Amino acid sequence: MVEKSIKRLYTFMIFLFLYAPIIVLIVFSFNDSKSRGVWSGFTLRWYFELFKDREVLRALYYTIFIAITSSLISTIIGTFAAIGIFGMNGFGKKLVLNLNYLPVLNPDIVTAVALMTLFRFVKLEFGVLTMLLAHVTFCLPYVILSILPKLKQMNRHLAEAAMDLGATPLYALRKVVIPEIMPGIITGALLAFTLSIDDFVISFFTTGHGISNLSITIFSMARRGINPIINALSTLMFITMVSLLLIINYRTEKQEKSLEERR
Amino acid sequence: MRIRNTAFPYFIWLGIFIVVPLFLVLYFAFTTGDSQTLSEFTFSLDNYKRFLTPIYLNVFYRSVWLAVVSTAICLVLGYPIAFIISKEKAKTRNVMVLMLVIPMWMNFLLRTYAWLTLLGKNGIINYIAGKLGFQGLDLLYNDTAVLLGMVYNFLPFMVLPIFSVMSKLDRNLIEAAEDLGADRRRTFLKVIFPLSLPGVITGITMVFIPAVSTFVISSLLGGNKSTLIGNLIEQQFRYTGDWHFGSSMSIILMVFILLAMALTSKFDKEKEGEGGGGLW
Repeated sequence: MVEKSIKRLYTFMIFLFLYAPIIVLIVFSFNDSKSRGVWSGFTLRWYFELFKDREVLRALYYTIFIAITSSLISTIIGTFAAIGIFGMNGFGKKLVLNLNYLPVLNPDIVTAVALMTLFRFVKLEFGVLTMLLAHVTFCLPYVILSILPKLKQMNRHLAEAAMDLGATPLYALRKVVIPEIMPGIITGALLAFTLSIDDFVISFFTTGHGISNLSITIFSMARRGINPIINALSTLMFITMVSLLLIINYRTEKQEKSLEERR
Repeated sequence: MRIRNTAFPYFIWLGIFIVVPLFLVLYFAFTTGDSQTLSEFTFSLDNYKRFLTPIYLNVFYRSVWLAVVSTAICLVLGYPIAFIISKEKAKTRNVMVLMLVIPMWMNFLLRTYAWLTLLGKNGIINYIAGKLGFQGLDLLYNDTAVLLGMVYNFLPFMVLPIFSVMSKLDRNLIEAAEDLGADRRRTFLKVIFPLSLPGVITGITMVFIPAVSTFVISSLLGGNKSTLIGNLIEQQFRYTGDWHFGSSMSIILMVFILLAMALTSKFDKEKEGEGGGGLW
């Protein structure tokens, strides 16, 4: 009995630790004062001002635009890459897999300065394009790593059977292989999207004048004090994400239940 | 087979955006010159000589030390939680894993920044401490605050891999140990803990790498006093403009991490063939 309550208490403390800053953020988005740490009454002011603040809205726009574009591009290239890599063998496969692992293991800052050097070297103007290229680059390995296990689980003979029955390789890919590995593709795309939306370090080094996503805006604000508008925006984004997650969870649970009933 | 060609676009991408940039950094790291005009580079080891002076070595030492301590704290705090979660019923377990992931969906800069409100002079923790009769604590802008930021940000990266290994543990092994007369402590020490080691090693890797290379946490919570290797690299690239010195520090950091990983993966025999990376 004692042990159980110790466990409960410990779990509670850890989750309190993880959620304390989030609670603070949400509470202070309703605070009627600009300074943090002083509570001076409830207000919805920041939520209204949010929609008037050009700087923040632009940053939000770039964040979402880059997250969607980069996750799309990296999912498409990554899916084909995973299928191709899966078909390889020997030294070539090992080499590619290890190179693929490099951005995962390398610290963000090293990947970031390496890309910054490249863009400088080829005299590419820093801005949305460089940031997008950088995001695709660091998302790709994660997409590939989420798809490869699904390919391993797939029955190897499926594609062959399709081709024996007269399907062209591309048709077999489209109709057999891709539907089989779809869960991996979706995981990869979601992972890429979250990585991109939350990225700071790589964006910070590859962005250009006047182009900033939310993380960069927050970082530059941090010195002079963060505008509560940002708290309001993050609260809204957080609630959106959590409700999306709950809906997805609820739906898959329902699906599983109906599957069980059919059995 | 034609199918093999599908990876071709990725090979080009890999070459241009991963391999070439690293060689460029390597090239910058072993040359000096005016990095703004990109001309007249000469081979030199001056960057490394400069790094091997006490000022920079101390920063490097401090970064490694803080990363080691924060990784250790994450392990001590995270292991029991992973263990507790893995013992729960399937439904509670899913909810708890989800609850570990959800915080990561709020911008990490902002979450780290929120600690300023909690730790500050008039912050909530000091307020509670004051009510309890303690004097105002200096919680912010020191190494403790940086450590706290690291542990806070990277704790889930420690818990999740350990949990995922533990939840796949073969129950029969534990039962066998119990049948053979081992008490709970012995079962844990002789069966559960050794089998969970691959997860522990992944967790250590996933915490240590971002911790040793961070510059965000130290600049948000550490104030001006706290400089880490990440801050040094950031300064060289963003402000000072000495890309050669910045590149050489990046190379040092990268090599250090790869060596550390090679050392830890020695303990992890099952890693081979898991999506590659056997080389690292």
